[in-house]
Amino acid sequence: MKIIVAGDGKLGSSVTRQLSLEGNDLTVIDLKESVLESSEGRYDVMSIQGNCAAMDVLNQAGAKTADLLIAVTNSDEVNLLSCLTAFGMNPHIHTIARIRNPEYQEQIYRMRDIFALSMTVDPDRQTAVEMERLLKYPGFLQREPFAHGRVELVELKIEKGSRLCDVVMKDLHRTVNCNVLICTVVRNGSALSPDGNFVLKEGDRVFITAAINELSTLLKNLNIITHKVRAVLICGGSRFAVYLTKLLQRSGIEVKIIEKDHDRCEYLAEILPKAEIICGDASKDFLLEGEDISRYDAVISATGLDELNMIISMYALHCGVPQVLTKLGRGMEVNGSIISSMNLGSTIVPKDLCCNSIVQYVRAMKNQTGAALAVYSIAGGQAEAVEFRIDDTCLHCGEPLKKIKTRKNVLVACLSRGSYTEIPNGDTYFQVGDTVVIVVSGGGVISNFNEIFV
Amino acid sequence: MNYKMMGKFVGQILLLEAVFMIPALLIGVYFGERKAVICFALTILLTAAVGLLLGLFGRGSRSVFRAKEGLACVGMCWIVMSLLGCLPFYLSGEIPEYIDAFFEIVSGFTTTGASILSEVESLSNSMLYWRSFSHWIGGMGVLVFLLAFMPGREEGGFTTHLLKAESPGPNVGKLVPKMKDTASILYIMYCILTVLDIIFLLAGGMDPLSAVCIAFGTAGTGGFGVLSDSIAGYSPYIQNVCTVFMLLFGVNFSCYYLLTLRKFKDVWKDEELRTYLGIVFGSIVLIVWNLRGYYDTLAETVRHAAFQVASIITTTGFATTDFDQWPNFSRALLLMLMLVGACAGSTGGGFKVGRLLLIIKSARRSIQQVVSPRKVQVVRSNGYKVSEKVLASTNAYLAAYVMIIIGSFLLISLNGFSVTTSLSAVLACFNNIGPGLEMVGPTGNYSEFSVFSKLVLIVDMLAGRLEIFPILILFSRNTWKRRG
Repeated sequence: MKIIVAGDGKLGSSVTRQLSLEGNDLTVIDLKESVLESSEGRYDVMSIQGNCAAMDVLNQAGAKTADLLIAVTNSDEVNLLSCLTAFGMNPHIHTIARIRNPEYQEQIYRMRDIFALSMTVDPDRQTAVEMERLLKYPGFLQREPFAHGRVELVELKIEKGSRLCDVVMKDLHRTVNCNVLICTVVRNGSALSPDGNFVLKEGDRVFITAAINELSTLLKNLNIITHKVRAVLICGGSRFAVYLTKLLQRSGIEVKIIEKDHDRCEYLAEILPKAEIICGDASKDFLLEGEDISRYDAVISATGLDELNMIISMYALHCGVPQVLTKLGRGMEVNGSIISSMNLGSTIVPKDLCCNSIVQYVRAMKNQTGAALAVYSIAGGQAEAVEFRIDDTCLHCGEPLKKIKTRKNVLVACLSRGSYTEIPNGDTYFQVGDTVVIVVSGGGVISNFNEIFV
Repeated sequence: MNYKMMGKFVGQILLLEAVFMIPALLIGVYFGERKAVICFALTILLTAAVGLLLGLFGRGSRSVFRAKEGLACVGMCWIVMSLLGCLPFYLSGEIPEYIDAFFEIVSGFTTTGASILSEVESLSNSMLYWRSFSHWIGGMGVLVFLLAFMPGREEGGFTTHLLKAESPGPNVGKLVPKMKDTASILYIMYCILTVLDIIFLLAGGMDPLSAVCIAFGTAGTGGFGVLSDSIAGYSPYIQNVCTVFMLLFGVNFSCYYLLTLRKFKDVWKDEELRTYLGIVFGSIVLIVWNLRGYYDTLAETVRHAAFQVASIITTTGFATTDFDQWPNFSRALLLMLMLVGACAGSTGGGFKVGRLLLIIKSARRSIQQVVSPRKVQVVRSNGYKVSEKVLASTNAYLAAYVMIIIGSFLLISLNGFSVTTSLSAVLACFNNIGPGLEMVGPTGNYSEFSVFSKLVLIVDMLAGRLEIFPILILFSRNTWKRRG
């Protein structure tokens, strides 16, 4: 598919990476030549330097024949104009724009109609929604929905004294007493694929797939007592904090925001009357101490600086806060394994969330037989969970799994048939219409279901 | 340095070379040349074995190529390919000295067409074919071929470095977003033009093997013929066909791509193409004027002038007449054309018309800035601003280009031949033309040079074909350091 990515920033380059690995024809537009050079050097893409809202530049990038324009520059207005211009040049083009200004948020649906946008993405908003989901189920570090929310992939850390400590994998069912599958274990920063004799250790982080109704049983049987979150402390008063505060307050959670800039604090106080706004530097431990950090059920570090967020999260965990969420703007592509070996609670990368939703849109557009429906990167980018719908092109329909040879780094993690969800065993077989979640470790990309077979 | 990755790549190139030698083997079988067939078979086996070994060595390499490694790898590929590619000539004894055989095949792969053979007809048919086919392979580049047609999904964009290193021109870009597609578009256009050339030559009554060989020589802008007097012995029709096709292969291939997209205006407005055609036309007019009375009719004069101009500016190096006998002005003009070279993105060598345009434009800007120092100007090409980085690298290229010419000229002068011979030999090899003036003129050859001079010329040919940097980087101590 021919895709134009306008804006080669953090989000732009994530999208470029994923889409070019999946074999699309990509053209990247940016004002800066240096970022384009680095993209051209790393991925198989073509680059055009210039203003992505200018017809001439769009024409050079092939907007007249392109299938999709993804406008993710740092300016909402340029994104909108770029999409509108491209649509004017080519009425068949699909357009995705990043819109971040909260003032546009209320009119976003009307704007979609006016500007003929196929989709809008907003990293701040998506991060807020994601964090709210995590806060609703404390105990999990990460939650990804599959099969229309019937199946989830969750991340759990094995704390000291947990019932999972020193459990051999094949005895897992006796310990947890419910039907779940551990698909990946992160130990000392590297991802491992466990087999039957694998022994879980304290400090491991495990990725579990389970049907949604098994999740609470799992938590209960593991003796993870889940407090309902009542009070949340947010460090950093960015746009994201506003969205999250509004979402949390809807369910009656008490929110306190610490922000450095005084003018920003006044603005926050104005638009968030029910929240408590503190003006101060969240990196000072005496300030956090003074605000009684250990009293909170959850701390969210979401200042503009990743390094600072990491420090705040470590401090919060040290103070015994039960749930800590860290926002990392730059993401973990550089050294996912280093960051995932650090104790930061849940890490959320806004650009990855946006990237995922854009990639899913592209896959839906292709509507290719056997294409993946959803993909999430887990374990700091060392593994990927992918959802497929089985159609009639599947090579091994109706054969039990034990008779099929699959690739070594692939695990069939979950299978949904109708309203029934099961964790696959040797007798499980694929049937047209099933939704299957597979976990691929070791950095390979699987874009077609039949690639999992040897 | 990522030696494993390099090993894997060189290995793949060698396997490809082994495959490329099979047609020559079959031709040998067809003509019943027993000795040549055995030599080709041996070379194919050896090349494939070395390729497989290198492939084994390179297993499980990390697949990220840095710019420097890309350049060095291209340089290595070409050298190793030539070292093995010359074996049939040497083993069969048709070229008795290894260094001569090496010179001949480097001249082939780099599309130079400089020969050490005084009597081309003495080679067997399969050897003649292999010699000409090496032009065709080298014209568009083996690595580009590898990128275009090898199966397997390349992760990451490291391949861009390879294309940049092997394709001639100051700013190599992709035609379409995907590397593989770009490379295959280039090769498809290359094949179509070559086939057309063969058809036109066959229509002129040429025998199939010669037609194929001459077409390969034209397509790669190489210049190896099948007869000692190059193209002189053929009919005027064939000479004219060669003139047209040489000029066609000297045009930037992206122009042809634009034609298929029906963007005729862009092609018509292309500055480089206009300058190229302008230089060709101007030189023909000047030489015809200078040659008045030299040939019997005006038509003959025009035919010879056009052929020689096309042959020299596209760096092919065919000849229909001994232009060394022409008046001095015409010879000087041809020497100038050697320096200009063909368009960027074509199969031709030389300095490239596109670079020349940039250099002239930036020189004009610098001069104007002396007059009015506060004036801010940008250099444009086809209406778009040329970035300062491209200008700087073009200037650096010019500096390296001139220094290599001067250095090689000094080293070649050690032979004690005349200044014209030495200088034109360097220019003809470095710009991948082939014949120069006097001793190395259209009727002469390079066999008289010493072994050392031949080595210098070999390096010049490779540096000229690969645009200097991939070869220079092989001589840099930094490249082979353990770290860095």
